[in-house]
Amino acid sequence: MAVAALERLAALLPSERLLRRPVELAAYESDGLTAFRTRPLAVAIPDSVDEVIALVRLCHALKLPFVARGSGTSLSGGSLPIKEGIVIALNRLNRILKLDPEGRIAVVEPGVVNAHVTLAAAPYGLHYAPDPSSQSICTLGGNVAFNSGGAHCLKYGMTSNHVLGIKAVLASGEVVEWGGASRERNGPDWCGLFTGNEGLFGIALEITLQLLPKAECFHTVLAGYRTLEQAGDAVSSVIACGLLPGAIEIMDALALEAAKAAVHAEYPPGCEAVLIVELEGPREVVALERERLDGILAASQPIEMRPARDADERFAIWKGRKSAFSAVGRLSPDFIVQDGVVPRRKLGEALRRIAEMSRETGLRVANVFHAGDGNLHPLILFDGRKHGALERAESLAGRILKMCIEMGGSITGEHGIGVEKRDFLASMFTADEIDCMQRLRAAFDPLGIANPGKMFPGKEAPALQHPGLHPLERAGVISRG
Amino acid sequence: MITPASLTELCDAVLSAPRVLAVGAQTKPRLCKVDAVKISTLGLRGITEYEPSEFTFTALAGTSLSEIIATLAQSGQYLPFDPMLVDAGSTLGGVVASGLSGPGRFRFGGVRDFILGVRFVDGLGRLLRMGGKVVKNAAGFDLPKFFTGSLGRFGVLGEITFKVFPRPPSTLTLQVTADARTMIAAARSRWELDALDVLPDSNHLVMRLAGPDSALRAIAREILGKFPGEIISNDCWASLREFRWAHPNGVLLKAAITPDQIGSLLSTRCHISAGGNVAFISLSSATELESIHFDALTLRGDAPLWIGQRQRPAIEAAVKEALDPQNRFPSLDD
Repeated sequence: MAVAALERLAALLPSERLLRRPVELAAYESDGLTAFRTRPLAVAIPDSVDEVIALVRLCHALKLPFVARGSGTSLSGGSLPIKEGIVIALNRLNRILKLDPEGRIAVVEPGVVNAHVTLAAAPYGLHYAPDPSSQSICTLGGNVAFNSGGAHCLKYGMTSNHVLGIKAVLASGEVVEWGGASRERNGPDWCGLFTGNEGLFGIALEITLQLLPKAECFHTVLAGYRTLEQAGDAVSSVIACGLLPGAIEIMDALALEAAKAAVHAEYPPGCEAVLIVELEGPREVVALERERLDGILAASQPIEMRPARDADERFAIWKGRKSAFSAVGRLSPDFIVQDGVVPRRKLGEALRRIAEMSRETGLRVANVFHAGDGNLHPLILFDGRKHGALERAESLAGRILKMCIEMGGSITGEHGIGVEKRDFLASMFTADEIDCMQRLRAAFDPLGIANPGKMFPGKEAPALQHPGLHPLERAGVISRG
Repeated sequence: MITPASLTELCDAVLSAPRVLAVGAQTKPRLCKVDAVKISTLGLRGITEYEPSEFTFTALAGTSLSEIIATLAQSGQYLPFDPMLVDAGSTLGGVVASGLSGPGRFRFGGVRDFILGVRFVDGLGRLLRMGGKVVKNAAGFDLPKFFTGSLGRFGVLGEITFKVFPRPPSTLTLQVTADARTMIAAARSRWELDALDVLPDSNHLVMRLAGPDSALRAIAREILGKFPGEIISNDCWASLREFRWAHPNGVLLKAAITPDQIGSLLSTRCHISAGGNVAFISLSSATELESIHFDALTLRGDAPLWIGQRQRPAIEAAVKEALDPQNRFPSLDD
C-alpha cells in the first residue's frame, strides 16, 4: 500500500518536493505540541492550488490519510502527522493574490504568514485584526483551520469573524467556493462552518479576508499589582465602566520572570501580576476614554502604572507579552499550554484553583492570559527527562480543563482540540452532540482521511511519545528564543 | 401550526409531521412561504441567562428583539449589528435564521459575528447544543455560524447565546451629499464610523458616529468641513431598520454587494448599507425583477426565494443529509 501510494505521489510531484528520507521528515514529525511525535510516510510540497487539489483527490482515490500543515505552530497538535499518511505542506502557496484597499479585502493563499497580511495592508492604512502570539510565523491556512484568536478578540473576534470567502478542496475531492469580496452573504454561513474545522473537512486554497482601518491612536497601559487578584479586580472594574478596550491581558509572576529572561522586558519591581489594557480609536475618542481608563486603573491600587508614551514603548509592551510562551522555555526544559475559557467573573476563582493544583502537584504553572475574554493560558512546566513528569503535567492540564467546563466555559478558546484535548470533547458535549459532529465530518470526509485522530475521542490514538524537545531542537538546528 | 411551550415539546413538534419549518413573527414572510407544517417559536420566549459582566446573554428563540434590546439597555449594553424589523416583532430565532443584520454591521460585523452558541433540534428530533456560552470558544464545529442565514432548513433553533457590547454613550448622525467614491474613502478613514449607508431615493450618505459626545462633535466638524451636509436626527435609522421606505406590498430583496457595485444600483429603489456591502432592494412588483442583475434573497413579496444564481455544491446535500436525514425540513430550494 505504502509503496504503491508513494509511486502515485511521485508521479504528481518532482522528487525534491516529495520528502521521503527520515532526515527530511524529521522537521515535520511534531508541531507546537512537542509531546507528540509521528513520522509520516512522506511530505508533499505542492506549489500550486492545482497540485493541492490533485493531491487531495489522489488521497481520496487511495484512501490515504493526509494532514495539511503550514508553519506547524499548532499548540494542540493539530498538524501532528499520521504514520500511514502524508503531510501536505502548504508553505509554497504563500502569495497574497489580491489586496484591494477600496474593498478593504485581501485574498491570500493558505501558506501566507499572518503578519504579512498586515504588512502588505499597512501602506493603505489597513490591517488584518487577528493576531495570535505566533503571528510572525503562523499561516492563514492554519488560522482558518483552527479559528485562531489573539490578544484583540474581545473587540474584533477571532479568525472566523474576518473570513469573508473560502475556496477549498474538501476531503471528498470536491472544490467549493463560498462567500467572496462582500462582507455580507445570503444563505447558510459555509465559511463560518469551515473555519475551525481543524483540518477535518479539507484544505483552504484561497481565503478572502476583511481588512480594517488601522486605529489612528492607541493608549496602551501596563499596570503592576502586588497580587494576581488585584489585577483581576482591575479587569472587572474596566469591564463594568462601559469601555470596550481592544485588549486586556494579564501576566503572572512566573510569566514576567520568563519575559524578563527572554526579551529583557522590564516590569515594575515587586509586582506579582501585570495588567495590559489597550484602547484604540480616533484621537478625540481615545483622549476622552484614556482619562476614564487611567482613573479606573489608578483606583485599583497598582504599584505602578506605565502608559506607553510612543509606538516603541507600545511595541515593547506587546513584545514582552507575546514572547511569554516561548520565553517560558527558558524556565523549564518542557512545558504544555492550555487555553480553556471561564466566564470572566470566575477568573479570580479559576486562578486560585490553578495555584492550588500547582501546589498540590508540585508543578510550576505560569499564567499569561486574555483576561478580557476569560481565556486562560496556564503554562505547565515540567522536566520531560524525569520519569512520569509528562503524565503528571497532562493530568494537571486535564484537571484545569474539567474546571473550565464546570464553570460553564470551554476547553479551548483558540488553540482548538487537536490531538491534545480530544479526550475532553465528551466532557463538554453529549454523545448525541458528538454524533452530530461526526455526521458532519463524514459529510465532508466520507473516508475519514482528512486529519484523522484529531478533535474526536476514539481509537485513532497516537501514543504519547517520549517527551522532550522538538526533533530539530534536539538536533541543534533550532532553539527557543 | 404547532406552538411548543418548552424545548422538549419543540423536539416532539419536529417529529410530529413529515415536513416542518419553524417560524417566529414571520416578518420576512417569503423565507417561510413553503409547504410544511409550521412550528411557531412564539411559545418559547424569555431571556434565560444574562450576566452583563460577561458580555453575553442566552434567550429562547421566540424572544422578541424588542424585549432583548430593552433588557440590554438597562445594563448599558446592545447588539452592535442593529437587528432589523424590531418594531415589526422580529424574534431572535428569526434574526439568526434569516441572517439579517442592520446598518451597525458596518463597524463590528453582523449576526454571524455575535452568535456564540445554540441549542437546536436536528432532523432526528434531538436537542443538541453547539458552540458555547462564553465570548470565546473554539471547541467543536461552528454550527451556530452555519445556522446564520440557513432559513431553518437544517435544524430548528431553540435557544441562542449572543455576545453583546457596551453601548456607546452617544451617537450622532450626519447626512452628506457625496458619491460612491466618498463612501469608499469614508469606510477606511480615521473616523471609525459606526454605520455608513446610502438613503433610499437619494444621493445622500448617512454616517453614524458612536462614542463620547464631545469627541463625536469634533469628528463631525471635520467631516462637514470636507463634504456638504448636516447633522440630522438619529431617527432615520429606525425608518431604515423597519423598511418604512420600501413598497409596503412589493418585493423586498437582500443582495450581498461590493462597494464598486453601488453605481449600478443608483436607478433602483434601494437602501445601500454597511459601507456598500449590502443592498436592500424594493420593487413595486415582481415584474420589475428582470431589471435586477444581482444574486439576491427575497425577504417578502411574490417572487422566487433566490434571485439569480445560487450555487449548489454537492456538500450542501451531504450536510443536509447529516443534520436532517429524513428531510423533515424543507430544502433551500423548496
